[in-house]
Order: sequence, then structure tokens, then C-alpha cells
Amino acid sequence: MGRIADRFAQLRGRGERALIPFLTAGDPNLPTTEALVLAMAEAGADLIEVGVPFSDPSAEGPTIQRSSERALRSGTTLRGVLKLIQNLRPKVEQPLVLMGYANVFLAMGERNFAAAAKEVGVDGVITVDLPPEEGQLFFDSLIESGIDPILLASPTTPESRMEMLVERARGFLYYVSLTGVTGARKEMAAGLEEAVSKIREISGIPVCVGFGISTPEQVAEVGRFADGAVVWSALVDLIEAAETPGPAVISVSEFVAKLKGALR
Amino acid sequence: MKVAEIPGHFGEYGGRYVPEVLIAALQELEEAYPKISQSGEFRAELDGLLATYAGRPTALTFARRMTDDLGGAKIYLKREDLAHTGAHKINNVVGQCLLARYMGKRRVIAETGAGQHGVATATACALLDLECEVYMGEEDIERQALNVFRMELLGARVNPVSSGSKTLKDAINEAMRDWATNIRNTYYCIGSVMGPHPYPTIVRDFQRVIGIEARQQMLDVEGRLPDVLIACVGGGSNAMGLFHPFIEDEGVQMIGVEAAGEGLESGRHGAALSAGSSGVLHGMRSLVLSDDDGQIFEAHSVSAGLDYPGVGPEHAYLRDSGRATYETADDESALDSFVYLSRMEGIIPALESAHAVAYARTIAPGLARDAIVLINLSGRGDKDAPQVRDLLAARKSGSH
Repeated sequence: MGRIADRFAQLRGRGERALIPFLTAGDPNLPTTEALVLAMAEAGADLIEVGVPFSDPSAEGPTIQRSSERALRSGTTLRGVLKLIQNLRPKVEQPLVLMGYANVFLAMGERNFAAAAKEVGVDGVITVDLPPEEGQLFFDSLIESGIDPILLASPTTPESRMEMLVERARGFLYYVSLTGVTGARKEMAAGLEEAVSKIREISGIPVCVGFGISTPEQVAEVGRFADGAVVWSALVDLIEAAETPGPAVISVSEFVAKLKGALR
Repeated sequence: MKVAEIPGHFGEYGGRYVPEVLIAALQELEEAYPKISQSGEFRAELDGLLATYAGRPTALTFARRMTDDLGGAKIYLKREDLAHTGAHKINNVVGQCLLARYMGKRRVIAETGAGQHGVATATACALLDLECEVYMGEEDIERQALNVFRMELLGARVNPVSSGSKTLKDAINEAMRDWATNIRNTYYCIGSVMGPHPYPTIVRDFQRVIGIEARQQMLDVEGRLPDVLIACVGGGSNAMGLFHPFIEDEGVQMIGVEAAGEGLESGRHGAALSAGSSGVLHGMRSLVLSDDDGQIFEAHSVSAGLDYPGVGPEHAYLRDSGRATYETADDESALDSFVYLSRMEGIIPALESAHAVAYARTIAPGLARDAIVLINLSGRGDKDAPQVRDLLAARKSGSH
């Protein structure tokens, strides 16, 4: 069993839900990202998503776009992100998951990337714009390297397609709670609980909910029916607001602890 | 369970590289499109609009003075500049906006670079009583203030895009974001033969009218097909519209002309087919301008319509298969040909189309006198007149 499956099994054993914070690698630079991941791990994160910046992040709202632009300006590349994971791996027991866009992963070549990611200790990969129909070689390469290709599902996903997705998904299924782009929002999408319980009827795979989750209250609400909550834009807001890395690490650490508290 | 193969692939290119939230909308479009577009009612309404509103068929003009001047092949121009709004863009937007109406979508969004596709979409939306919002990069808004006014005059809302390079590619990203958010009531009207399946096919089908007409017109006038087709390629819709009905006519050579900008070796160009690599951008796999780390870089061309770092996937396929070839023309030669065609034939071409004219001028003298070259004059150059005036003035002062 991989690190991701282990983690969800442990959490289920303890009756806890997963807190999955996200941050963009290299925003504002890779050393700060390393400090932030360590702080998140310390503060109670169960799994950490590390975003690989892309020049054209068409599924992201303004917060993540700005974050990606800062990361690219600091010279962040996929190779740099893999080096970051290599540095973090001995210090972090939580699963580390990369999230990015197809062109960046495929530029390295499917098999080369899978081998390099395995080497440094990546546990899962989420590719925003690569549905299973297009990503067969990529997903097969990851699975052969023992890395989980994590798939996304959305409120617009038809039922028959959902069956295909849960069958192909590894690690967990990432359910995007709103139609639209990433960003912190005040209202949770209606029908979320029902949608998640429908997935549960057809599969035992852990279901985590993301997109638009920004407060401990929302995290607690999601924790009632899902296996985990992904928090992204709200954390990037904190990183953006801090003028220097020191305060960013402190505010992110406090916020992650508060969010995890809502899931225990 | 086997994962179903997605149709809409052109060899290794095309496909549907989009976030999960867009899949259902693309499937809805994929199912609705053939049903609606093949219905007699839709066909009749579209043909009626093309004839009575868009000004089709457009003329085929024999370029007598240009032919004499170059001293080689006979040169014909397919006059898309004479279509309503001054370019081939209208063929696509009338088709897609009518499709949106038949699908029950009352809100249409579009991306635009210099504003041509935005103006065309705003036009079709006014005609068909649809709500219209256009995404346009802040930099382009500044450079093309008149087109922004045109769109607003036509009743559209223009949304400035401030992310990335603030140009066309960022406007496409923003339109995709809007579509993902408002997917239930919104139709995304893409401006070229690009994007996720089924868009490259839909836009091609609506632009095929160019080639269908030109093919018949050539038979009527010359009693035979042309030897060479030449069209400029940015996203590639006017070229695909001309080429596609000729694909099975093996004797007809097809040449797409990309923007070499300041030269291919300068890195400042828009030549994805000539200098790009296979990658994923804007929902498709195609040839794109991307660095070794997979980041997309900005395209450059004197012509805003060719200033795009990708290209329609079917062109990439035609290139690989050898059925079409792709050449380039740089900023300077396009500018020269802008002036040349104006003086020779009394036709001010769009800067985009001037790239096709520029390439034709390099090959026509070497062809036999009975050979026939057909250039797609994709648009008229009125929109470019202020920019060209400034460029020519700068050129003049530079030479003194």
C-alpha cells in the first residue's frame, strides 16, 4: 500500500478526516516553500499538495494565477520542484502530491517524469487538464512507478463517467465542490453531501472535497461527509499578504492548525 | 471497463485536454452539434444568413496586374475581405451563434486578440439576440481601442484580462474560466480551429464554405482546379476553411504561411508549425511554442491575428502527413505586401492576409504561366491602416 492509502486508513481508524493544504511551489521562492511545507506538516496537515506553476493555468482563479506568476518569476521549474520534494522527503512523513498542468509534465516525457518523481519520493500526481481518456500512457507510467494518479470529479460529471473515474482513480478522488475555478468563496455549493454519498455508493475510494473551502467552519462541514478537505486559495492569500517569509510561515502554521482542529 | 477513445483526434493531435468540469459541456456540444447542424431547418437558416447577411458567396478575383508583374503563375484571390465585418471570421460566428440558439444557450462568450473575432461575435449576437461577453487582454484593449468601441456599440460587454501577458492566450484562459463557472447557460464561441474537441471540427466545418465556393468558382472560371492554395495561419481557420474541401484533390498543393515575426532565429515569431513542438495548450494537443520546462512563451507578429503560440491540431496533422506544407513570412515582407497589393490591385489586405500574399510573391515567378495560384485574402486591411501608417513612417525616418 502506498503512503496515501496508508494515511487514509490510519485516519479512518482514528475517526479523523484529512486536512489537505495546498501551496504553489516557488511562491515567492523555493526555500520559502520548503519552510512552509515543513510548517504545515508540523501543524497537522495530513497530506500536502504542491502546485507546479504553469504559464497558462486556465482552471485557476485570480489568486492562484498570481501565485503561479510569482513562482515563475522566481525561476521555478518542474526540475526545481522535484528537487524540493527530494529535500522535503526525509523530513516529512505525510504524503506529498504534485498538482500541475499537462504541458509541464509531458514536456519531460511520461516515463522520464514518472521515474524522476518516484526517485525523489512523490506519492501522487494531479493533472488538472488531463482526463483519463487522454492520459493513458502518463497514468500507466505513474502506476508502474508506484505513484497514484489522482483524478478529479465535478458536479457536472455524468453518472456513467463517474463510474469510470472512480475505477481509474488511485489514492483518493478529488471532488471539486463548485463549478468554476479555484478561489475562496463564502457559500458552499448545495448538494455537495448528496454528491459525495452517491460516489460512496459506487466506490470505497476516499473522497476529498476542494475548491472554494476557506474557513474552519467549512472544513468541519465537509468533514461530516467527506474523507478530507483541500484548502488552497485561502492559504495562498496568507502567503501573498505576508511581506516576508517569516510571518508567512507563522500565519500559515496557525491557520493549518485551526483547520485541522475542525476535523478532529 | 475500457476507457472509450475520444473522437476528434487528428493523428496524435487534437483531443480534449480540459479540466473535468468542462467535460460534460463538451460532450453536450459534441452530441448536439451533428444533430443540429445536419437538420434541414438549421442548414436553411444558416445558408440564408450567409447569403443575405454575411454577403456570400464572396468573389473570386483574378489579380491581373500582380500576375503580369510577377511574370509566372496566374494569381487568383478569394475575397473573404468582402464578407460582412471584413473577414472570414463571420462564417464561423454566424454558425456557432446560431448553434448556441438552437441549443437554448442565451449567453455567448468569446476571446479576442486584436478584436476581430470579438467584433464578429458581437455582430452575430446582435443579429441573433444573444447576450455577449468578450474577453480581451488589457494590452490588446489599449492597442485596439476602436474595436473595443465597436463591440460595445454592438451591445457586447468587453471584459479586460490582466493575467499573464495580457494578450490573446490569456483571454482564452479567462474565457475558459468563465465557461467553467457558467457552464449551464453559456456557449463558448471559439474563434479558430483550435481548443478541445469538438471545436476544431465545428469551426472547420463552418469555414469550409470558403473552399467549397472557391473550388466551384475555379471550375467555372478556369475549367480546372488551382495548382497551389496559399493561406495565412495563426490559429488556422481561414487556411483550414480553404484547404479542407481540396484535401482529396491530390494535384492541389496546399501551403500555409505562418508569421516569422522578427525572424525564426530571433525567437520572436508566431510559427508553431515551423518552429514549435508537440504540447498541450488551451484544451488541445498540437504544436505549440513552449520552452524545455513546458512553459508557453509569447508569440510575436506585426499582425495581431497571427500572434498566437499554438495552432489548430488538424494543421499539425496535415503537416506531419505531408498533405500540406507550411512556410513563413516575416513582419517586413508582410508590410511590403500590404502596400504591394494595395497599389497593384486596389485591395488593402489585412496584415494577416498580407503574409499569404508575401509568400505567393516568392513562388509565383518560378511557376509556369499556365499554373494557377489561389490566395485566400482572409480579411481587409482597414483595421490595420493606422498601425501600418506608423510603421511606414518609422521605416522612412529610420532610413534617413
